[in-house]
Amino acid sequence: MEILLLLRDVASIGLMAIGVIFVLAGAIGVVRLPDFYTRMHAAGVTDTLGAEMIVLGLMLQAGFTLLSAKLLLVGFILFLTSPTATHAVANAAHRAGLNPLLSRHQPPHPRDAEMGDKS
Amino acid sequence: MMEWVNLGAALAMALAMAIMLGRLFAGPTLYDRVLAANSFGTKTVLLLLIFSLLVGRADGVDIAMLYALINFVATIAILKFFRYRSLEIALAQMSLRRAIDGDDD
Repeated sequence: MEILLLLRDVASIGLMAIGVIFVLAGAIGVVRLPDFYTRMHAAGVTDTLGAEMIVLGLMLQAGFTLLSAKLLLVGFILFLTSPTATHAVANAAHRAGLNPLLSRHQPPHPRDAEMGDKS
Repeated sequence: MMEWVNLGAALAMALAMAIMLGRLFAGPTLYDRVLAANSFGTKTVLLLLIFSLLVGRADGVDIAMLYALINFVATIAILKFFRYRSLEIALAQMSLRRAIDGDDD
């Protein structure tokens, strides 16, 4: 029985370490990357996975209780809302005409391409 | 042992929030700031969860759940306000009006 408890602690530490690494990498990426869309990639992608990992690690610590069910609900809410919010920010920026930073060749903005096809 | 792990994770969340504040203040466009605020809110939820398990009070999990929902609604509301400059008109009516007028954007 002791070995099972130790195994649970080790699994919890591993999951939380992976989650913390993802969240810190996302935070550093948001500061360091050069462009809004690359920053959005860093923040949105890593936050979802890091948050889920940390919530899973905390669920292992909480055991089979009501607290664990609440943690599962928080993880589910984050899993639904975080990519949706990131997509909404990306859509708003794209609709507002914010162009991605391109170095070598510059293809036309997708809105201009559609207008060109219509006319 | 697990208390130290939770304390380290909470400190890492606080560090990530501090880094995210830099982008929130320095972001060149509005959308950088909205993204940083949304990510800051996610990290706040995680910090609340870790801290409520660290001090052994289960109330923090309920507050974290509420904060996650409010964070999402606040992000959508900010984006809607800065696109339409109004919070009064519902988005469904807005798309309906656009369809009637035949306006592209």
